[in-house]
Amino acid sequence: MSNESVTGVDDPVLVVDGLEKRFGGIVAVDGASFAIERGVITGLIGPNGAGKSTTFNCITGVYKPNGGTVTLDGTEITGKRPEWIANRGLVRTFQIARELPEMTVIENMMLGPQNQRGESLLQSVVPGLRRGVVAEEEGLRERAWETLELFEIDHLAHEKAGTLSGGQRKLLELARALLTDPEVLLLDEPMAGVNPSLEKKLIERIHELKEQGYTFLIVEHDMEVIMENCKRVIVMHQGDVLADGTPAEIESNERVIEAYLGGEV
Amino acid sequence: MYGLQRFKNASGQDLFGYLLLAALAVLILDLARRLVMGTLAPGTLQTLAWNGVIDSLYIGLAAIGLSMTYSILRFANFAHGDLLTAGAFSGWTVAYIIGGIGAADIGSRLLLDADGGARAGALGMDILASPLAIVLGLVAAAIITILVAIAFDRLVFKRLRTAGGITLLIASVGVAFVIRYIIALVYTVDERGIVASAPFVEFPVVGEVNLHELTLVVSATVLILGVHFLLQYTKLGKSMRAMSDNRDLARITGIPTERVVTATWVIGAGLAGAAGYLIVLDQSQISINLGWFLLLLIFAAVILGGIGSIYGAIAGALIIGITLNVSLIWLPADLNEVTAFGLMILILIVKPDGLFGGVETA
Amino acid sequence: MSESNSERRTRLLRLGGFVAATYIGLFLIGFIGGLSLNEIFGQLISITMYAGVFGLLALALNLHWGYTGMFNIGIAGFMAIGVYTMVFLTASPDPVASPVAGLDLPILVGVLGGVIVAAIFGALLAIPTLRVRADYFAIITLGFSEIVRLFIQSDTLGEIEIGDQVYGTGAGRSVRYSNFRDLTDVVVQTFVPSAIFDTLGAVGLSDSLVRRLFYALVVLLFMLAVLWLLRRIARSPFGRVLKAIREDETAAQSLGKDTRAAKVTVFALGAGLMGLGGILWHGQGSFVEPDLFLPIYTFFIFIALIIGGSGSNLGAMVGGFVFAAFLWDGPRYLRTIVSENLDIDAPQTIYHAGAELLQFDVVPLISYLAESLDELRWIFIGIVLIVLMLRRPEGLYGDQEDIAAAVDLTERPPRGENNE
Repeated sequence: MSNESVTGVDDPVLVVDGLEKRFGGIVAVDGASFAIERGVITGLIGPNGAGKSTTFNCITGVYKPNGGTVTLDGTEITGKRPEWIANRGLVRTFQIARELPEMTVIENMMLGPQNQRGESLLQSVVPGLRRGVVAEEEGLRERAWETLELFEIDHLAHEKAGTLSGGQRKLLELARALLTDPEVLLLDEPMAGVNPSLEKKLIERIHELKEQGYTFLIVEHDMEVIMENCKRVIVMHQGDVLADGTPAEIESNERVIEAYLGGEV
Repeated sequence: MYGLQRFKNASGQDLFGYLLLAALAVLILDLARRLVMGTLAPGTLQTLAWNGVIDSLYIGLAAIGLSMTYSILRFANFAHGDLLTAGAFSGWTVAYIIGGIGAADIGSRLLLDADGGARAGALGMDILASPLAIVLGLVAAAIITILVAIAFDRLVFKRLRTAGGITLLIASVGVAFVIRYIIALVYTVDERGIVASAPFVEFPVVGEVNLHELTLVVSATVLILGVHFLLQYTKLGKSMRAMSDNRDLARITGIPTERVVTATWVIGAGLAGAAGYLIVLDQSQISINLGWFLLLLIFAAVILGGIGSIYGAIAGALIIGITLNVSLIWLPADLNEVTAFGLMILILIVKPDGLFGGVETA
Repeated sequence: MSESNSERRTRLLRLGGFVAATYIGLFLIGFIGGLSLNEIFGQLISITMYAGVFGLLALALNLHWGYTGMFNIGIAGFMAIGVYTMVFLTASPDPVASPVAGLDLPILVGVLGGVIVAAIFGALLAIPTLRVRADYFAIITLGFSEIVRLFIQSDTLGEIEIGDQVYGTGAGRSVRYSNFRDLTDVVVQTFVPSAIFDTLGAVGLSDSLVRRLFYALVVLLFMLAVLWLLRRIARSPFGRVLKAIREDETAAQSLGKDTRAAKVTVFALGAGLMGLGGILWHGQGSFVEPDLFLPIYTFFIFIALIIGGSGSNLGAMVGGFVFAAFLWDGPRYLRTIVSENLDIDAPQTIYHAGAELLQFDVVPLISYLAESLDELRWIFIGIVLIVLMLRRPEGLYGDQEDIAAAVDLTERPPRGENNE
């Protein structure tokens, strides 16, 4: 099962092989394997408790897997720290948006870009060095405004992020994630709590970004969104990969249907 | 190889556990060595161990209450030490009122000899001369401390039920100040001895026994056993154990939360008040900082035993008590608390669930 | 939304007015109460100095807690490390001058050394405790603070013989180190013309008072320097990372921020500043002893920060001033005035005062309470803390926070061909 799906993808940018994660006696992820194709939107679905979020957390370093490997662009990232993985170009958003509530929208955005010179105490404080930081900040500010305008939330720039609506927070999270210069974006239920018109905008953005070369792996419960937008869909069930193929293939897959109806597979 | 594999997979917690056991083994071996070589008299070890048990009893009484409020009310109660102080002052005031009738005027007695007018010796403040006064004092200590705790719960902590742990911690510091300095306002800040020297009685086999120590041991044991029976065999006890694990669950399944909270304060504060009273019975010195200075040690016991676990609190107190005293074999006296605190810090870093963490509550 | 410039100016003016009113009020009370000019000014200078010290320490605590969300109740420990390092570095080897020997280095070296060593210990404490949750971290810092104090008090560290010199902390004894004030004296003698001494002396102010005045000013200068440093940090990407850590450390990590390094760095910096605060606090007196670093002193700083409120830098300094003027020195001042003017023997215990009350004589009770101003003050502080926690919602960080960026984020690039 696992080898098939791994080799079935050309130009895999992210490869998960035999991933395992246990919590005490509970096995949340049980030998899951799949590959994500570069520059493509892939969907990850499965009934509740299938292990999707845990898989996300294992890939992004929030959890340390008990077994298996995760490879990003040929580099192994299994069990590494989340910030190290983010530095390598793998960035995620969260199911419940983590939008740093007491900071303004644009402050949030300024946090996005990685390896900022001013993130060092010395650079920020020492008079001569600070000049360089200020220069860099000006550039970051420009990018922040640009991206805010792109996502059409620039009018909210000086609001505290905690006051935004659910959908606006999702937009902010995605916009901020973009500023990290990612290669692969893992979106954890990006449409949850988003009203239909904002949802449409979000999807449009994602497609635009895909055209620019970003890779997406999206976990979603909204089946329509997945089927209509993803080139490939991976189905998880009880911690393992149940099926892996195009939306059409998945739709007609009997085992997938059974899994969703609650049957044992 | 299988063995090596298992070693590689061992977590930091497991390694820490092994290290601790190894250190313990080394210490025990050295203890045996000293006993055999004669550098350590068995009598000394016996005294140290006994003192350790005494200390662990009153620390344990206090730790049970702190552990319960920490797990059921979800915050570190920095006023807990001052509940001990409140128990000490209130209980001994009652003892003085009852026991000092005729021996000193009521003003001096009420204020525990603040003005030097009611000396402990003159009043006969020891267990043989005034048994009734002292026993009633113990009861009063528990009851009055309970009232104080419930009063502050209603006034302060109840309104912060949903607040975060840090907010409650800070509020409890405020409560601590209020309790401590109201006592100071009334009783003055002078530290003084208020219990007469302990009478000794010959017992077969064990020899001379300090009756005040005996009272402490008996009272503490009775109280701890009482708590044990309460938790294991009553409906209320079962509710408390459930709530300690999961508050929302308890609310859903119909266990009355506020009643359990009150029970927590009753038990916790009652034990704390008794502990404060008994400490003074044993060491005679009373001051407004009695409980405050002990607070960190009590926290250490609670943390070692695992927050929320009553038996853990007792075990943790035992470890702290023994450590404080037996460590004197190796360390100078002014560093014995350092060991206890150091152990507490290590546990918080490596195994915050406590040494017995993971074991069912109570 | 952060406030506008005019709102800010109004607030600062109001605060300035409050501070001025306090000074004037205290002066008038002393004047009416019949105290000498020396006594009155001595008090005002003392309040100024303590306001500076508490302000500085509260700023350092704000850096840890208000900014980064690290709840540190080990302040006294870091103060002790700063002070005793300075003792070691600057004490004279002459046994007559001080009970323990030191390296007799210049004062500035001592100050720098104290700050650096305190910072190092800050880093050492932070590194293993990065993942510990907030209230456990607080308990750890308290334990650390007590361990430091107990070690300093112990005989082990009390006397260490190296060669023919006895170094150490003096165990429980008071030890003397070069007065930091000596530095102030040098500065004063070099830069302040004796004319100033003469003029002020003509008004009745003693020389020692003038020296104390300059010490207080030096302390204030240090506090302002710390303020400058903190504001610079706040308005920088580093400060942004700190805020993000406070708000949601996992989110910050998911954005690639090295939160561990940031936490260790900021904790070490704050610890160093706390060491500096300790040095300045005790730099005017000659003697220092372990009891000056009991946990209660940590809670003083907490109270100052919380009273000043809002977890902002300005709040820290205001809180420091309020604490110094009303809770630390103020009551003592009042008691001096009361005892100067009311010639009554306070009853020894509250019982006697109460007995008199029943006979409709209020005076004994009042004088008893006046004598017990210390205790009343702590009861009041406890109530204030409780009320603040009841009223204030979860966040102690007010809306007066600086926006964390090195440039003004309200400026936006002109709309041009860059946009869609």
